[in-house]
Amino acid sequence: MYTQALNTAETDDRGLEDAAKAAQFQARIDAEERIEPNDWMPAAYRKTLTRQISQHAHSEIVGMLPEGNWITRAPTLRRKAALLAKVQDECGHGLYLYAAAETLGSSREELVDAMLAGKAKYSSIFNYPTLTWADIGTIGWLVDGAAIMNQIPLCRCSYGPYARAMIRVCKEESFHQRQGYEIMLTLCRGSDEQKAMAQDALDRWWWPVLMMFGPPDATSQHSDTSTKWKIKRFSNDELRQKFVDATVPQAQYLGLTIPDPGMTQDADGHWRYSEIDWTEFKQVLAGNGPCNRDRMAARRKAHAEGAWVREAAAAYAAKRAQRRTAQAAE
Amino acid sequence: MATANIEVSETPLVLYTLRRADDALILGHRLSEWCGHAPMLEEDMALSNIALDLIGQARELYGYAAKAEGRDNDEDKLAYLRDVRQYRNLLLVEQPNGDFAQTLVRQFFYSAFADIYWRAMMASRDTTLAAIAAKSEKESAYHLRHASEWLIRLGDGTDESHARAQAAIDHLWAFTGEMFAVDDGERALIHAGIAVDPGPLRGRWLQTLSDVAHEATLILPQNDWMQQGGRAGRHSEHLGHLLSELQSMQRTFPGLTW
Repeated sequence: MYTQALNTAETDDRGLEDAAKAAQFQARIDAEERIEPNDWMPAAYRKTLTRQISQHAHSEIVGMLPEGNWITRAPTLRRKAALLAKVQDECGHGLYLYAAAETLGSSREELVDAMLAGKAKYSSIFNYPTLTWADIGTIGWLVDGAAIMNQIPLCRCSYGPYARAMIRVCKEESFHQRQGYEIMLTLCRGSDEQKAMAQDALDRWWWPVLMMFGPPDATSQHSDTSTKWKIKRFSNDELRQKFVDATVPQAQYLGLTIPDPGMTQDADGHWRYSEIDWTEFKQVLAGNGPCNRDRMAARRKAHAEGAWVREAAAAYAAKRAQRRTAQAAE
Repeated sequence: MATANIEVSETPLVLYTLRRADDALILGHRLSEWCGHAPMLEEDMALSNIALDLIGQARELYGYAAKAEGRDNDEDKLAYLRDVRQYRNLLLVEQPNGDFAQTLVRQFFYSAFADIYWRAMMASRDTTLAAIAAKSEKESAYHLRHASEWLIRLGDGTDESHARAQAAIDHLWAFTGEMFAVDDGERALIHAGIAVDPGPLRGRWLQTLSDVAHEATLILPQNDWMQQGGRAGRHSEHLGHLLSELQSMQRTFPGLTW
């Protein structure tokens, strides 16, 4: 297995020696060095990264579902192929990220089991439904756009395998984002019905997308240590503002209206958005979003119905190994 | 308002090309239904990859069929605005995914055929078909390897996987005869060196099946009753449902650009 050659997880802090190691570790971080799987790291660093990378991986996999909902109904063959390729990319990101998480000592199976048991989280944005084709454009444009905003700084994350995974993921996400925007552009240049479809999708996705950046800085739990360890380089509110500033002109170009009548542009050019309804965010996080149950049910069903296939592959591999041993003994 | 079906002038070359295009699109569509729901992430990737190859083949073939027809049809009109009775695919490829064994056996039967069929078509006097065949053959060889490897694992895996794989073979066997059938129009194209005669390929196809089935400890059925009709638009009930989903946008919002 991938993790066997690597150090096992640190179980506790061991006094003075570890204090020295911790200081050395922080010095490396401060010097912008990359931490690699075999390097010593504080248990809490390992735990934080395992949680973050695996949540990211789960998000990629659950994120296949809302978009996958339109693969069989894409309006043209070109769109169908592009969407299928895109969802396949998301799956590849998931695999890549699970592999990065495995370098920290947890297996993909353990991580997936935690998600299926409801113990590990995935991005709440995927708990909203894709109702029309315009939702596919909007997800590419805004959801992938927000993901890029979050992930570009992660390309410089202190943990090497995660940083390297992010470089590749960001390249593909940027392609997805342009693809999504191009769907929106086509809709907005189309019939009145198509424009209305695009506006309706923006109306439904705008606020949930802003929530993707996480709670306001004042209430965020993980930011302090993550910042010290250079896992996180910008605060939630900073990234959210960057995203809004980048997105408003894009919406204007499309001729769409951002569903925030109170939004104003300040003297520095920043677009100031109205207060976000964090009650909704908390509800979706607590499992009460429109699709939480459907998403979990779909993942659990795929896992349960695929069990016999995975067992067959394992049984075959064992038989083949046994035959080889028997042949070698002859 | 629903969009009316298009009319297609099915000259022998148009019909021949449409049949291959429809095979690729319908099978690609079926495989794409797995995306996000496969037994393991690696198979979400692999089945989507194969689906993408097949949809790509379909687009090239539809493009050529439209050109050969010489009217104002195009790949999307051919895919989205023909009804069940105008579709020309094999019954095999429209069969539902069922469990993973059924999907893989369906793929295995088709890919074992497509691999040698496209290879033979590389020698077609029709340079467009020969070029499409050259690309499709490379893809099909990979699809066949993937399906064969899985069939061996399912057949020689656990009791349950063996039983499921055998049941899938028994269930789908009757849809394989159609691959080797030829009508008069196609016969003329074969004589002209444009189309491939599938008859002589059956021996090699069967040999591939026997080799893999043997390694997989599975048994090929002896019965030779074969279902026919797909090539003439007489389909199973499954295709209508597939098309109602595939075509829903074009039927609901006629004539728009997406």
